[in-house]
Amino acid sequence: MGKKMFEFKTKTIVATGLGAALFTLLFMYVKIPTGIPETDIQTAYGVGTFFAALFGPIAGGLLSLIGHFLSDSIQYGSAWWSWVIASGLTCFITGLVYPRMRVEEGEFGVKDALRFNIYQVVANAISWIVVAPVLDIVIYKEPVNLVFTQGVVAAISNAVSAGVIGTILLLLYSKTRSKKGSLSKEA
Amino acid sequence: MKAKLFDYIDRDNFIYNLSGLTKLVCFICMTFSVMFSYDIRYILFVMLLSVIFFWMSEIKFKQIKLMTIYVAIFLLMNFVLTYLFSPQYGIEIYGTSHELFRITSRYTVTLEQLLYQVTKITKYASVVPLGMIFLLTTNPSEFAASLNRIGVNYKGAYALSLTLRYFPDMIRDYQDIALAQQSRGLDMSKKEKLGTRVKNVMNICVPLIFSTLDRIELISNAMDLRGFGKYKKRTWYVAKPLRKGDWGAMAFGALILAGSLFMSFAVNGSRFYNPFI
Repeated sequence: MGKKMFEFKTKTIVATGLGAALFTLLFMYVKIPTGIPETDIQTAYGVGTFFAALFGPIAGGLLSLIGHFLSDSIQYGSAWWSWVIASGLTCFITGLVYPRMRVEEGEFGVKDALRFNIYQVVANAISWIVVAPVLDIVIYKEPVNLVFTQGVVAAISNAVSAGVIGTILLLLYSKTRSKKGSLSKEA
Repeated sequence: MKAKLFDYIDRDNFIYNLSGLTKLVCFICMTFSVMFSYDIRYILFVMLLSVIFFWMSEIKFKQIKLMTIYVAIFLLMNFVLTYLFSPQYGIEIYGTSHELFRITSRYTVTLEQLLYQVTKITKYASVVPLGMIFLLTTNPSEFAASLNRIGVNYKGAYALSLTLRYFPDMIRDYQDIALAQQSRGLDMSKKEKLGTRVKNVMNICVPLIFSTLDRIELISNAMDLRGFGKYKKRTWYVAKPLRKGDWGAMAFGALILAGSLFMSFAVNGSRFYNPFI
């Protein structure tokens, strides 16, 4: 079964919807404090990138966009748009790995883990070190050195979350799936 | 742990009776107008309007208490961080320097910096009541319908309505799993080491995520069986027809936006209002 990069079937829609609900929940309540104030590791990005790798860039991008928007709105009454967009972009770019993954067929080796992590690190670097600060400056006119410092911290903590939690989830999920061709005919 | 967004209580007043579409359009117009403008006079004007609308919508303070606290903390953090990182940013923007007093040579307090930071706070604070009005007075089911009507693809809008539908379910599942794991001796507090804490969080997340994956399978099969996505358009059960008040409100929103653009381009000549020249 070939996988198209940008398909938008019913499953993609449902994965987006439920994924976004999950993202919102984790984003609001499940953070791992690192000890440094205001820099919690967001488990949501681990799950977001996991969904992106499973369901593609459209689902990944949309679910993190909706999820971040909702959790911001619920907590603060309004969304911080530049970061919402950066969140969406992170999972969108990570989702580009989707056609090359065979997780639902039970295959997730060292090579796949490496590939997933390269995509997510690149995605985090682009989104948080480039896009989020630039949008902060363009939309909100925030001071330059403040937004870039915040961006680097966010990129590192989100890449850690995606790398550790995302990889573990992919590994666990691949183990619950039966491998293609694992049945053999008895003589 | 209760999401205030879903405390939707139907009331009978002007704001509640507007269609979701109208409220979305007005929200976008007014938010954009304060996001774009750095003119404190105009922002205060919009802020005053949003407070009036807030009062008109009869939302109880109890509903938004937690939000207000979060916002206050966020604004304070932003204020302090901005000053720590860029104490001279105001001078850069406005091009003049009126010194008030001096802490060290880097951290000089200037009128320009004060104006910049106070403007920024009012900007963020003025959007908050608008967001709360929109979220608390719009029926969650109508939200997707209104998005679809301003031109968002209905499949995308449907994804959002699924999110709103399943979010409360997911909170309940999460609480059930967390309590079950804690009763088996899982420590979620800061007393544990970082590595153990990550493992403990995973012990709660993994069952939640895998049950979600099962659910995705189930729901998408059910939707496919009912022919979802067969046609290019769909109708919405909860969409409200537009009345006179809706058109009036949308025109008002557009006017506010036009006013902001007018102030920036025609009166001030830039996004900033500069009283120093």
